[in-house]
Amino acid sequence: MLMILSKVSSLSRWNIDRTLAPLLRMAGMMCAAVLILIVLFLLREAWPLLGNGGWVNLFSDDGWYPLEGLYGLLPMLAVSLAVMLGAIMLAGPVGLGCALFLQFYAPPGLRKSFRLLLSLLAGMPSVVLGLWGLTVLVPIIALWQPPGPSLLAAIAVLTLMIVPTMALAGAAALSAVPADLVSGAAALGMSAKSRLLYVVIPAARHGILSGVLMSMARALGETMVLLMVSGNVVQYPHGLFDPVRALTANIALEMAYATGTHRAGLFASGLFLTLLVLVLAWLAARSVRYD
Amino acid sequence: MTNYSESPYTLGSIDEAVACCAPKPQLKVRALSVSYGDRRVLETVSMDIYRGCITALIGPSGCGKTSLLTSINRLTDMLPSARVEGSVCFEGQEILDTTVDTLRLRRRIGMIFQKPNPFPISIRRNLELPLREHGVRKRSERASRAEQALRDVGLWEEVKERLDSSALSLSGGQQQRLCIARALVLEPEILLMDEPCSALDPISSAVVEELILRLRGRYTIVIVTHNLAQAKRVANYAGFFWMTERVGKLIEFGQCQRLFDTPAHALTQAYVDGVRG
Ligand SMILES: Nc1ncnc2c1ncn2[C@@H]1O[C@H](COP(=O)(O)OP(=O)(O)O)[C@@H](O)[C@H]1O
Ligand SMILES: [Mg+2]
Repeated sequence: MLMILSKVSSLSRWNIDRTLAPLLRMAGMMCAAVLILIVLFLLREAWPLLGNGGWVNLFSDDGWYPLEGLYGLLPMLAVSLAVMLGAIMLAGPVGLGCALFLQFYAPPGLRKSFRLLLSLLAGMPSVVLGLWGLTVLVPIIALWQPPGPSLLAAIAVLTLMIVPTMALAGAAALSAVPADLVSGAAALGMSAKSRLLYVVIPAARHGILSGVLMSMARALGETMVLLMVSGNVVQYPHGLFDPVRALTANIALEMAYATGTHRAGLFASGLFLTLLVLVLAWLAARSVRYD
Repeated sequence: MTNYSESPYTLGSIDEAVACCAPKPQLKVRALSVSYGDRRVLETVSMDIYRGCITALIGPSGCGKTSLLTSINRLTDMLPSARVEGSVCFEGQEILDTTVDTLRLRRRIGMIFQKPNPFPISIRRNLELPLREHGVRKRSERASRAEQALRDVGLWEEVKERLDSSALSLSGGQQQRLCIARALVLEPEILLMDEPCSALDPISSAVVEELILRLRGRYTIVIVTHNLAQAKRVANYAGFFWMTERVGKLIEFGQCQRLFDTPAHALTQAYVDGVRG
């Protein structure tokens, strides 16, 4: 009887493998194909500007004046990177703190509601956060240092946006640390603080790093918030209170009317952003794999 | 031909003979009971752990051997549901007293777990972390103590070239020896070993067993093992645990050879025979 049963189950497993595996493989290949097609599409649309060595101009032109044929991306790229780095430098520690609290310090009842709150925040539409930034935060900054819409406003709202992502990824990484490492550390007479600092966090470092990289990718790709609170002036950021424009916001602002090389320039920015996000995502995946 | 190794038997049971150097109890366990929530898992265990000797704890799974070990180093404190009653006296000090500094206690009583649990950091840092935690500030002292511990467990020659690579790159047996080194680096007085060989392949298991034998005399060792042959090979004393109505009890305790050869209790006899046959 047992033998028959095991035969049947192995037979059905064989069937599932036969039918499911090709389907899954096809789905996977389709995802890869779509990604490659998007990159190729961006490349084709950007080609009028990139071809014949034109890509050099993206980095050497003195600023972004499409009507005068100047397509220097660097000021806006600098803003995108500054916003991303500023947000992750604030959200990283705060998110990790939330994760530690969630995992190790929150009383069980609070833990559940706190986790729910973080999930809600993580899923909050960015336009809502942008609206809040525009109507609450920007006026406050304006009182302090006019004009208000600024690099600082962008960093602040983006920080709010990625803290929950950081916290949830961090909590997942911390909860994946085997309990016997913690008992092992305790058995060596290590205090609760040292166990966290020198054993648990290092053991979760790959997962935490992957959360950081994912949050960075999210910050880099964010458009709506930047459009709403950063002021949209094309310039290198010289101070936190300068109104600035990020690459993503620029695409959204100009896509509607751009033609010719101007349009190609926007696609070139898009291509550039995509490649940056891909690198971040690849690093995130790599850091998890080495866990 | 006379077999001299058998001679004590002609003089009567080894337990009753006068020992050449009387063993001194280092830990006195008295009426120790452990419960998780409402469930009692270990009841009124009393036994002495002798200094410098190896004491083996045997018995089926679930009869509370691990709970006994974790009561001795107060790791039970980490489980909110665990409750320990009775008394464990360590050099005149009551271990179960709530005022005991558990961090210092655990430095003096090290523990080795069933599954090797090196920290996923470099080999060097695995050894230096506990030292730093216990206030060894000088880097050179940490390094020399780490080297000594690695030599003690016979790992130095195998890893001295790659102290900075991850401890997880070691084989299972090497990881377990690293964990033993990590405990030894703190110069504990007692080592609690919870089935230290059961997750290892036979060859690594033999290496670790030989290491345990070499530690005898320098450290007091309490080892839980399901391998009766191993218990017989390494231990001076043995305790046999059994579950009655889902509560673990110490059935018999005594000199290892006596417990295996002439068990006083029918249950011990059956367990020793059963596993043997
Ligand atoms: N943290 C815990 N919470 C609740 N019950 C536990 C816990 N740890 C062990 N137990 C129970 O206590 C009993 C004894 O476990 P243990 O001490 O691990 O025995 P052994 O090491 O002899 O196998 C088992 O029935 C086990 O289910
Ligand atoms: Mg056990």
